[in-house]
Amino acid sequence: MTTLETKAGREPRTAVWLAGTAAFLGAWGLIYAQLQPFSKWAVGLLPLDPGSHAAEAVEFFVYDTPKVLMLLTLVVFGMGVLRSWFSPERTRALLAGRREGVGNVAAAGLGILTPFCSCSAVPLFIGFVSAGVPLGVTFSFLIAAPMINEVALGLLFVLLGWKVALAYLGFGLGIAIVAGWVIGRFHLEGWLQDWVRNVRSSAVEIPSAAVTLVDRLRAGIEAVVDIVGRVWIWVIAGIAAGAFIHGYVPADLLASIMGRDAWWSVPAAVVLGIPMYSNAAGIIPVVEALLGKGAALGTVLAFMMSVIALSAPELIILHKVLTPRLIAVFVAVVASGILAVGFLFNALFT
Amino acid sequence: MKDVKVLGPGCKRCVTTAEMVQAEADRLGVAIAIEKVTDYAAIAGYGIVSTPGIVVDGKVVHAGGLPKAEDIALWLA
Repeated sequence: MTTLETKAGREPRTAVWLAGTAAFLGAWGLIYAQLQPFSKWAVGLLPLDPGSHAAEAVEFFVYDTPKVLMLLTLVVFGMGVLRSWFSPERTRALLAGRREGVGNVAAAGLGILTPFCSCSAVPLFIGFVSAGVPLGVTFSFLIAAPMINEVALGLLFVLLGWKVALAYLGFGLGIAIVAGWVIGRFHLEGWLQDWVRNVRSSAVEIPSAAVTLVDRLRAGIEAVVDIVGRVWIWVIAGIAAGAFIHGYVPADLLASIMGRDAWWSVPAAVVLGIPMYSNAAGIIPVVEALLGKGAALGTVLAFMMSVIALSAPELIILHKVLTPRLIAVFVAVVASGILAVGFLFNALFT
Repeated sequence: MKDVKVLGPGCKRCVTTAEMVQAEADRLGVAIAIEKVTDYAAIAGYGIVSTPGIVVDGKVVHAGGLPKAEDIALWLA
């Protein structure tokens, strides 16, 4: 194949892809606008007493399931396209040799944007450390990546408003920056597993063909197939739990357990979150339902952050490269950060 | 005989990548020897940080995510 042929073949394809994307977005908007009337109509057909517990729960489920799945698809697609600009190799090159401080801030930001699957976490960690990215800066990256989940961010923005989404983003970045910096200050390089310190790696330039717009759109679709294909079941489970809470859990009971007055609810939420392994996409509908029943925002966000940033399977993976002592420091620092965020949110949002 | 290494800790994508490379080689009639590299230190030694990675005759040609069939054909050519 000659270059000329490739170019000639690509031009019309770009137009087709752009038209296809525009058509998809248009159809998305039209369907989304019809969801609420449709769900009202669908629930009306069922033999349920309007206003009963069951009707409330079913209505929540029928409206929220397509809504959350559609929003998720859109957010994941957008993120997939955006991430085609940030490869992990490029991120490492950007961070190598950075000083702490600025490096922690850059690493936390790149942690949100750099795509990598969870089975890449260990090679990524080793690759960063062995290429001379300071340990604290590497941690800022590794904390920000799961902590600020793009799916959670997108769903919070749509379901709970921009203030909450922005606060989540800001506090999540803050935890990643400060926790990474603190870990860097402790100079714990000696607490890595022995073999990790001995790995020397060279940075490679991967010869890549120019990334075209079509490639980026394709990356968005791949992200949708991969992520939505994996988490949809969690989403539906989360919405079902949310629907149950919405329909059946008495508001005053919940407010007394998870409300602002129960100071111990924030640490309890963090501890409860660690052994749970869920997906941000499944947690958000539960968050939405809990908030509707008078739970405090800081408490439920602390729970959510704890579930996604401190999950037990993640810690088991990290055990391959970190000694138990270093994992303990990691958990302690991140958990303190989440506690602080929980209390701050409860104080700020009423 | 092309020497192909697929780098990755053994997740599903890495397995799929190795299968894709083998299928493409069969289609093109190219003889290849595929080796799966699962050792983290060895993976890091190649300088990549995202898996699956592909090394053809000692040269890193791909890192992160599934490769495209047309690209595999180019690497094996």
